Amino acid sequence: MRLTVDGKDIDINADPDMPLLWALRDIAGITGPKFGCGIAACGACTVVIDGQPVRSCSLPVGDVTGSVTTIEGLAIDGKLHPVQQAWLEEQVAQCGYCQAGQIMSAYALLEEISDPTDEDIDNAMGGNLCRCGTYPRIRAAIHRAAALKLARA
Amino acid sequence: MTMASLGKITRRAFLGVLGVGAAGIAVGYYYYRKPYPNPLEGELAEGEVTFNPYLKIGSDNTITVIAPRAEMGQGISTTLAAFVAEELDVTLDSIKVEHGPPSYAYYNAAMLEEGGGFNFWDESFTAETVRGLMGVAGKMLGLQATGGSTAARDGFDRMRQAGAAARMMLVDAAATRLGVSASDLATDNGSIVHKASNRSVTYGEVAIDAAKLSPPSKVVLKEPASWKLLGKPQPRVDMLSKVTGAPIFGIDVRQPDMLFGTVRMSPVFGVKPVRSDVSAASKMPGVIKIVPIDSSYGSGFGVIAENTWAAFKAAEAIEVEWGQPAYPATNDGIMAVIAEAAKSGDASAMRDDGDVDAAFADAPQDRVIEAEYSVPYLAHAPMEPMNCTARLKDGVLDVWAPNQMPVLVRWFCADIAGVPGDRTNVHTTSMGGAFGRRGELDFAIYATMLAKETDGRPVQVTWTREEDMRRGVYRPASVGRFKARIGDDGLPVAVDMRVAAQNMMASLLSRWFPSLPAGGSDPSITDGARNQPYTIPNYRVSEIQASLPIPVLFWRSVGNSVNGYFHEAFMDEIAHAGKVDPIEMRRKLMADFPAALAVVNKVAEMSNWGEALPAGKAKGFAFTLSFGSWCAQVIQIADTPAGIKLEKMWIAVEVGTAIDPGIIEAQMISGAIFGLSAAMSQEITFGDGMVEQSNFHDFDAMRMHQSPEFEVAILENFHKMGGVGEVGTPPAAPALANAIFALNGKRIRSLPLSKEVTFA
Repeated sequence: MRLTVDGKDIDINADPDMPLLWALRDIAGITGPKFGCGIAACGACTVVIDGQPVRSCSLPVGDVTGSVTTIEGLAIDGKLHPVQQAWLEEQVAQCGYCQAGQIMSAYALLEEISDPTDEDIDNAMGGNLCRCGTYPRIRAAIHRAAALKLARA
Repeated sequence: MTMASLGKITRRAFLGVLGVGAAGIAVGYYYYRKPYPNPLEGELAEGEVTFNPYLKIGSDNTITVIAPRAEMGQGISTTLAAFVAEELDVTLDSIKVEHGPPSYAYYNAAMLEEGGGFNFWDESFTAETVRGLMGVAGKMLGLQATGGSTAARDGFDRMRQAGAAARMMLVDAAATRLGVSASDLATDNGSIVHKASNRSVTYGEVAIDAAKLSPPSKVVLKEPASWKLLGKPQPRVDMLSKVTGAPIFGIDVRQPDMLFGTVRMSPVFGVKPVRSDVSAASKMPGVIKIVPIDSSYGSGFGVIAENTWAAFKAAEAIEVEWGQPAYPATNDGIMAVIAEAAKSGDASAMRDDGDVDAAFADAPQDRVIEAEYSVPYLAHAPMEPMNCTARLKDGVLDVWAPNQMPVLVRWFCADIAGVPGDRTNVHTTSMGGAFGRRGELDFAIYATMLAKETDGRPVQVTWTREEDMRRGVYRPASVGRFKARIGDDGLPVAVDMRVAAQNMMASLLSRWFPSLPAGGSDPSITDGARNQPYTIPNYRVSEIQASLPIPVLFWRSVGNSVNGYFHEAFMDEIAHAGKVDPIEMRRKLMADFPAALAVVNKVAEMSNWGEALPAGKAKGFAFTLSFGSWCAQVIQIADTPAGIKLEKMWIAVEVGTAIDPGIIEAQMISGAIFGLSAAMSQEITFGDGMVEQSNFHDFDAMRMHQSPEFEVAILENFHKMGGVGEVGTPPAAPALANAIFALNGKRIRSLPLSKEVTFA
């Protein structure tokens, strides 16, 4: 089947029941989205499809209809997306394993709400677990990303 | 599989540590003074030279620093690289940082130095001698290990010296090259400059000459006042790769022609399948082979497939009936064993000041308080599930393992594959969390076993979250029985604490060296209770071992995670019974320990302790000295319609020398959130002999909306450096439990707190 991932059309020869996550990781070689739970409970596998954050571990690849954006497609021509830049400036990541998913959820939030409140952040980020406890820096980075994005616009 | 040949080597090596009093001394002075060979000699690129096990320089001026400790999020690769870079006089963005090969040269002396059971502040001759011997034992064993919040302390001198020595050699070589005196040369970020003639050479240009020189017999390290990198927050060397989704984790390893796999091990510990049928599973699409696994970690099946999803589906489809547990099948039954031990088991006093029995013998009934506390088993649940990739081809074994013990991974995997250690390459990847779990070897052993079945093709073996949760090695459950006599001034006259849990070291050794008899004390059972800076006239903390075969292991902060809660929640009870403010009581009991007093006073000031709070809000306090750092925390909570909300936590920590304040702040918050997560909702329980929890829906952790604000103060008064990675965890649970008591009068003596209260 044919998918659009990070702006590129790719052919994936997979069982349509296979979750998108495993089709990306094991077949297409796109390892940015991570495996954490397999039941949409931790958010490490988050990708964005048509503007919506989606847990790719629980979406059959055969059901994907829109264009898929992963962490690997956020930077353009080597220039970090404002969310990534804010993550870098706030020194958010510790182990870093959940951060691909955190960044994708934050990216989708900022596409929806350009200057989110703390409550907006709580609502948008609740599905992304971080075992290192980077939440305070994630919050700061989302606010910073909102400012960076406005400045670039 | 046989572990016979391995057993001979490892038993000898390990006895060196266990019997440190005898074997450690017998080996003698020469052996432990002699440096290990430099493991980088064998893997230099064209034009590259090495100065010591921590540094390679290429003729193109590529500078590579080896940070030989596992990066699991704690920022250690940045801190260790900064040690070398500081003395080498280069910036962090001008060097490459690698983990390097497994090698005895990277032994962790600090990890064993604090394993002797002495109080951190004890600098008596005996304590220092035992610390020295333990460090020597660490070297003889070649224990390249990451744990115990030791990496920065262990690397502080060694790695700065490595950088300084190399810098001196480079300057000497440049002096010869330029025909000037070395004393007229200065270094500047990878260049050596002769100001008078305005000439310079790069490190790379003189590296080959410099590496031929003998290392200086004496190096002088910079005074802290002239540090450029150390003592200041540095951008982490791994940050860019972590915000771009780079393939740095074990699960991201991709090799040509790679297969995928998983395991399904017995969820009942210590049993084999009674009956099984793999025929249907073997015929599923994408499945290549299903093989039985039998190891010291357990029995079950390995599945080899074309992709991870196919492997997961097939593992689930294996029809199998497991044996019956040789331990109580229910959680109540297991906890009853520990509770009975706490009540009537043989106790060894690990601290025994004054005469506790006499102090209680004549105590008036109304001046004595008693309490029983308990904590559950816990899973580590790092975000990246257990996994490992292995390839056995042409007599060479390659293992890509996110692990904390690379030398042991090499020993065990080489033995399983039947290849010599020098034909076994262990590649330590970045880790998606570990918290102690990746100090085990099961994931590497299973991957190596499956690699023997693939005709030379690499195989990546990934566990499901369910397998990770149910085949974990757990933080031991523990039960404590405590008694205190309150004096007329409200302060404790006598405290008696009995703490019962499984022996963690014995559990670990039963997996690593099943034939080795393990016994003796496990200081971790009382760690965080027996060694706290309190002066109480009659003060006893006793260890009682509960005999159970549940696999248990270090979990971030180890025994401190248990006893931080026990000790500090009980201290809060004592303060309440004595009608003394909890912080005021600490000020009196800690008067002999200025480092402790300073953090207590600091956190009281930061949190405005003692201020009148609006109705429905309350604060709780706790303190734990662990891993050489003194940590005081205050948390403020609020009663809301949705439940208890954690509003803000203040942390004051004394670390001696703050190498990287940015990383220390992050680790304090990280440790506290880890401890709060467990305190709020986590427990591993058993039914039918199996772990009942299976994924994050029933073993969750704190989420974004639950996280309090944090304010962290870092103090540097004590003359010894402390650890950082685990220190924030122990006081978190008792601070929260004490805040809940202050809020609603509910004294919760059993974790998780969610059994008694609801959190927003």
